[in-house]
Amino acid sequence: MIKTVIIDDEPLARTIVAEYLQAYPEIQIMQECNDGFEGVKAIAEHQPDLIFLDIQMPKLNGFEMLEVSEPAPSVIFTTAFDEYAMKAFDNNAIDYLLKPFSKERFDKAMQKWFNQRGSASPEERKETLENIPLKHAEEQNRIAVKFGNKISIIPAQDVYYIEAYDDYVKIFTEKDYFLKKKTMNYFEQTLSSSDFLRVHRSFIIRLQHITRVEPYEKNSYVALMKNGKKIPLSRTGYSRLKSELGLYI
Amino acid sequence: MNKLYGTYRQILFISIGWWLFWIIAQTFAFHRIGISWSHSILESMITTGVLAVIGFIISNTFRYYQPVSKNFYLLLGYVLFLTAIAGNTMYFSFQWLHEDDHYYQDHILRFMPLRGMFYLLMITLMTSFFWFRNKLKEQGSALKREEETESLMREAELAKLRQQLQPHFLFNSLNSISALAGSKPEQARRMIQQLSDFLRGTLRKDDQQLVSLAEEIAVVSLYLDIEKVRFGHRLNTEIEADKNSLEMKLPALILQPIVENAVKFGLYDTTEAITISINATANQNQLVIAVRNPFDPNTARPARGTGFGLSSVQRRLYLLFARNDLLETSHDQNIFTTTIRIPQNK
Repeated sequence: MIKTVIIDDEPLARTIVAEYLQAYPEIQIMQECNDGFEGVKAIAEHQPDLIFLDIQMPKLNGFEMLEVSEPAPSVIFTTAFDEYAMKAFDNNAIDYLLKPFSKERFDKAMQKWFNQRGSASPEERKETLENIPLKHAEEQNRIAVKFGNKISIIPAQDVYYIEAYDDYVKIFTEKDYFLKKKTMNYFEQTLSSSDFLRVHRSFIIRLQHITRVEPYEKNSYVALMKNGKKIPLSRTGYSRLKSELGLYI
Repeated sequence: MNKLYGTYRQILFISIGWWLFWIIAQTFAFHRIGISWSHSILESMITTGVLAVIGFIISNTFRYYQPVSKNFYLLLGYVLFLTAIAGNTMYFSFQWLHEDDHYYQDHILRFMPLRGMFYLLMITLMTSFFWFRNKLKEQGSALKREEETESLMREAELAKLRQQLQPHFLFNSLNSISALAGSKPEQARRMIQQLSDFLRGTLRKDDQQLVSLAEEIAVVSLYLDIEKVRFGHRLNTEIEADKNSLEMKLPALILQPIVENAVKFGLYDTTEAITISINATANQNQLVIAVRNPFDPNTARPARGTGFGLSSVQRRLYLLFARNDLLETSHDQNIFTTTIRIPQNK
C-alpha cells in the first residue's frame, strides 16, 4: 500500500486530486489537510510515501512547510503559480502540476513518480529540497522554524542576525535563537537586500537593529546590535556596511 | 490662445484704421513744411500704400515659411530686399507723377535717405512681429501636443493599473470548476456563469468611467461569491451600504483590488474562518467605503506606507482626483481597515 496526504487550502482542489487518485487503488489517502500546520502533523504521523502539496497556503506556504517537515516526503506540487516560477523544479526529482490540470497530465506525473520511486532516501530528498534555488514570487519576509514540535514563524523584522553554525544557521531574535538547516548563501539571496547585509563569512545582520559600529582591536570593527550583541565585521563586510549606511569615510 | 491673434476680419479693420491714421498724420506733417495739400495727400497715400503692400507680402511669406533662428542672415537679407523695393517704388512713382515739378523732385531726393530709414524701421518691425507671432504659435502647438501625450500616457497607466487581475484567482477558480464538473455539474455550471459575469464586468469598464456604488458592489459580490466556492466555509462576507451611498459615483473597479487584498490577507494570514466586511456611507458629499479584514499582527505587520500593496489604488485615485489623501489604512489589534473616500462633485 502506498500512503499519501493531500495538502491544499481549497477543498475543491483536494477533491480533484482525490478523484484522479481513484484510478490508483494501491494508493491510500491517509489525510486531507487544510493548511501547512496540519500538513506537518500529518506527515509526522502517517509518514506518507507521496504528498500532493499546494504552494500558496495560509501562514505556512508549501515551501516553508517542507522546510520543517520530517521525514521529507516525495512531493508533487499542485499550484496555480505560473510556469516561469516553477521552472526551478524542472531538473529536480520533484514534479509539479499547474492548476487546472487534466487527468492525462496527472497520470504523467504519477508515472514519473512510480519510475523514480525509491531511488532517493528521505535524507537525499531533504538535500534536494534544500538546494532548490527558490525563486519565490516575492522576497522572503518571514522564516519558518521548528522548535521541538512547535513551528514558529519569525517575521523578518524580528531577526537581529543570522550566524553560520556547521550545516545549520542560528537565527537570532532579540532574546532567542532558532536553528535551521539552511546555508548562509540561501539567506543572503532570499532576504531583502535593503534590510539585511552579509558582514562576515559567518554573519548576516539586519541593518535596522544596529546601534553603532565601533573599532575592535587594530584594523577591525564590530557592529553593536540593539540587544547588546557584538557582531564581528570582516574587512569587506565593514566597507559594504559603510556604503550601505552611506558613510564614505 | 487663438483669441490673442484675433480673427482675420479684425486684423483687416485694425490695419485699415492704422493706414488712414498714418495718411492723415503724414499729410499734415508734409503740409506743415510747406508742401501743398494735394501733394501732401498724394505723397502720404503712396508712402503708406507701399508699406501696406509690403506688410501684406510679409504676412503672406510668414504664413508659409518660418525661418529657424539660425537663418538670421536670410531674415536680414529679406528685410533689406523689401526696403530696397519699397524705396525704389516710391522714388520712381514720384519721379513719374511730378515729372514737371523740379522743385518738388529736389525735395523728394533730399528726403530720400530719411524715407529709406523709415521704411527699414517699419519693415524690420513688421518682419519681427510676424516672426515672433509664428514662434509663439509653434510653441503653443508644441505645448498642446505635450499635454495630449501626457494625457495619453496617463490613460495607458490607468489601464495598466486596473488590469492587474490576479492570474492566480483565475486559474484557481478554473481548477474549482474542474473539480465540480466531475461531481456536481450543476454547481460547476453556476460557477462558470459567475466567473463569466465577473470577467465581463471587469473587462467592459473604461478607466475614467464613473459607476454607481450599486454597480460596483454587484461586481465585487460576484468576485466574493466565487471566492466562497473556492474556500468553502472559511470565508464570510458582510456588505452594508446606506441608502444615499448606493447612488453615489466612484471610478469603475476601484473597490475590487481593495477587496481582493482584504481576502488575500484575511485568508492567507490566518487559518480560521474569516469575515470580510464592506461598509459604505455617504458623508458630506463624499462616498466613504471601509473594507475590513482580520490579520495576524504577529506575522504580518502592515509594513511601510499604506502597506499590503494598495499602492496601485492610491496611484489611480491620484491620477483621477489629483489627491493623495483619499486612501487610508489603519489596524486595530487584529483587524486591518482600508478606507477610501471618493469626492462626489467631480
